[in-house]
Amino acid sequence: MENTLKKPPIIRPPHYNLWVTVFVVFILLIIGSFYYSTQRIEYIWRWNRMPIYFAYLDIVKITSEIDGEVDDITLDGKDAHITVKGMGESETYTVPAKGVYVEDGELISPGDILATYEKWKPGLLIIGLWVTLELSLMATIFGVIIGVVGGLARISSNPAFRWTVMIYVELIRGSPLMVQIIIWYFVLGTVINDILSTYGLGRLSAFWYGVASLSCFAGAYVTEIVRAGIQSIHRGQTEAARSLGMTYAQSMRYIILPQALRSILPPLAGQFISLIKDSSLLGIIAIREVTKAAREAVTASLQPFELYIMLLLLYLVLTFSLSMFVQYLERRTAIK
Amino acid sequence: MIDVKHIHKTFYVPGEVKALVDVSASIEPGEVVVVCGPSGSGKSTFLRCLNRLERADSGHIIIDGIDVLHPKTNINKVRAEVGMVFQSFNLFPHKTVFENIALAQHVVRKRSKKECAKKTAFLLDKVGISDKSAAYPDNLSGGQQQRVAIARALAMDPKVMLFDEPTSALDPEMIGEVLEVMKKLAQEGMTMVVVTHEMGFAREVADRIIFMDAGGIVEVGPPEHFFTNPEHERTKLFLNQIL
Repeated sequence: MENTLKKPPIIRPPHYNLWVTVFVVFILLIIGSFYYSTQRIEYIWRWNRMPIYFAYLDIVKITSEIDGEVDDITLDGKDAHITVKGMGESETYTVPAKGVYVEDGELISPGDILATYEKWKPGLLIIGLWVTLELSLMATIFGVIIGVVGGLARISSNPAFRWTVMIYVELIRGSPLMVQIIIWYFVLGTVINDILSTYGLGRLSAFWYGVASLSCFAGAYVTEIVRAGIQSIHRGQTEAARSLGMTYAQSMRYIILPQALRSILPPLAGQFISLIKDSSLLGIIAIREVTKAAREAVTASLQPFELYIMLLLLYLVLTFSLSMFVQYLERRTAIK
Repeated sequence: MIDVKHIHKTFYVPGEVKALVDVSASIEPGEVVVVCGPSGSGKSTFLRCLNRLERADSGHIIIDGIDVLHPKTNINKVRAEVGMVFQSFNLFPHKTVFENIALAQHVVRKRSKKECAKKTAFLLDKVGISDKSAAYPDNLSGGQQQRVAIARALAMDPKVMLFDEPTSALDPEMIGEVLEVMKKLAQEGMTMVVVTHEMGFAREVADRIIFMDAGGIVEVGPPEHFFTNPEHERTKLFLNQIL
């Protein structure tokens, strides 16, 4: 079938190509001058040292736990069984055949290497990135729960609910996140862990106080976003739902919240992108998220430029995938 | 069916506006009552007080033996028996026509999905838009939307239907189709309270007409009396202006 739809002509402003060139030159100039300045301060770029912070090949050593001599080495396909015997005790170790380090009859002390093998392990930055992801994901989930409950309480006619949430929001929005993190860990954390150990329960790790502080922080902003979203729905919708005999809860669940979700999503995405970035502050309570990991790597390698640039790119990957995901959600919830 | 006794309603917006002043009325089962009057006369407020979308400050409203204003009354139960149609339709834009009509039956009346589907199909046929079942409200004309809204209210099998200026937001050529549905409903014996400016509808369908002005009921009477021989000067003035 012939396609009768014609593409609309692209109308470009005058000197379009010239200005594209200007843009490209401008960007190259910035990158170039940055590189030039690093040359002036005699910074040596060592990008080849970066991969180990993502993944590296580790040599795992299998060591003996007992005193004695190697009694027997039997091959079993790709594996080898090494039996160490001595002083009335005997131990058999199964190791990869390729990495056997000892010979039959060799004298062995505890801690001696019997065999080695190689294994890929995630590097410092990837482990940190994973912690950042976990933190952000948990804080997002709890933040949304706090925000929906808070948003509903904020518009409730019950003064106890309304005023509590107003104080919560003002308190959280009006103080620096870093102070909140410090209070969560060093003040509340001390108290909570003390109480927990009084009852014979385990202590909560810094990770959980990190999640708590981030959720609490995000929850305050989400509360306001949810409140605005609900209030953006026309009053007639509530009236129609209630006039059919639906309860307040039913009209919220079936009519108001599903519609509010559409106007809530874009600001919510912004909030959670901020949240991912804010999690970088959690280094101060010794959570090794990606920023802390990068700082440690800098201390060890003395290559700050490459590491911090990598760090920036990692955050960009996280935030960009999140905003793509939200755009997808927005398309899905759009009214046909 | 509906007994309204001495209700008052004052809004503070922020100045004091007395929307209803000592309004009493009674509506019999099967009766069609048209409420008319100039804008700001309190006719919409009166209607919205009946199912407590606005809460009257004092007085009593008895619907089917239940005191609507009593604090212990479960208002949701009352509202399920009182259908309401709004000037701006207020359909749920995120739900299809079918879902709009089926939702409350399922959630409030606890009918099974199958019953809901059957009832919804029946009502869509009754208001003449069976072919739009899967459409979303935004893709319907105003007249179609209002007919869906009527079907949505009817789905609860209400004992009374309240209409709040159901044709005021419609293009002139769509008013007829909505009035047609309302007429059919009246002929079937539905108790109806209709706030409207459609005097043709009032003359043809109404059993009684309530004329309101400045928050009070000025005159009540059957249409022939109302249109040919109104008692009050205010009513005459109003009729002169709109007829």
